Amino acid sequence: MMYWQSLADFLSMGGRGFFVWGSYGVAFLLVVLEIWLLRRSRRQSLRRLQQLQALERD
Amino acid sequence: MNIFRFSSPQTFYPLAGRLVPVFAVLAALFTAAGLWIGLFVAPSDAVQGEVYRIIHIHVAAAWMSMFIYMVMAFWAAIGLGLGTRLSFYMTQALAPTGAMFCFLALWTGALWGRPTWGAYWVWDARLTSQLLLLFLYAGFIALTRSIEDPRRADRAGAIIALVGAVNVPVIYFSVKWWNTLHQGASVNMKGSSMASVMLVAMLLTALGCWFYSIAASLTRARRIILERERHTDWAAAEIARLTAGPAGGGQ
Repeated sequence: MMYWQSLADFLSMGGRGFFVWGSYGVAFLLVVLEIWLLRRSRRQSLRRLQQLQALERD
Repeated sequence: MNIFRFSSPQTFYPLAGRLVPVFAVLAALFTAAGLWIGLFVAPSDAVQGEVYRIIHIHVAAAWMSMFIYMVMAFWAAIGLGLGTRLSFYMTQALAPTGAMFCFLALWTGALWGRPTWGAYWVWDARLTSQLLLLFLYAGFIALTRSIEDPRRADRAGAIIALVGAVNVPVIYFSVKWWNTLHQGASVNMKGSSMASVMLVAMLLTALGCWFYSIAASLTRARRIILERERHTDWAAAEIARLTAGPAGGGQ
């Protein structure tokens, strides 16, 4: 089932590795970044909402 | 079951919370399967060699960028027409993920264009209208975040989403309407011009991106709901519950 002969073969992508891996690499980074930003903004938002709640209670 | 029940933020919030992990798992499974077939099983292309493998992200990202914008326009129309708050929250929850896929479509397109056309960028109708879509996403995000009054921000954003939706069919049909360097559609209603193993890989990755977008936008929608509904009893209780405990601000 495997198309490639070796790991080097796979990584070089027929000499077009820069373009193929540049595409997949940035896609992966952006997805990781978005997930991280989603978690961070949820934490920050909850902290802010908690402070607002405490202020409004007084 | 009455689906309109879920147009209320209070009932939608827990539903979204249950759906996020389901779609996240589906996204991981479909993307992994699509990439496995696309990168390891599928043979090289007769004309392009190996560089065609960019297609698996490029097409999925381009489809998602257009589809998400249309969904935003749909929610914007519902929000303006019926005045449902949740519809506006959904448009804002979708925009960053749509922008991310739009950028990715342009980025992977540039990296594919260089070895096949000899240029990272050309002012072709397809590329230019896709760049305009990125500006529309950026405009939507900047506008909704810069207006202080949230209800005015909702309406202004909804108008950009609706007006900008005109651009989406322009992107889609640009390869037919104009003589573009960008190739025509490989997949349409009548069938596909691609080899079946490549097509399967591309469709699996596209479905994976679709599930990912649902999971990401529902996660974002939950945060927006809590922020905007914080004065309601249920949301205040939920905020108190989530921020209680020694850790504070936990999951």
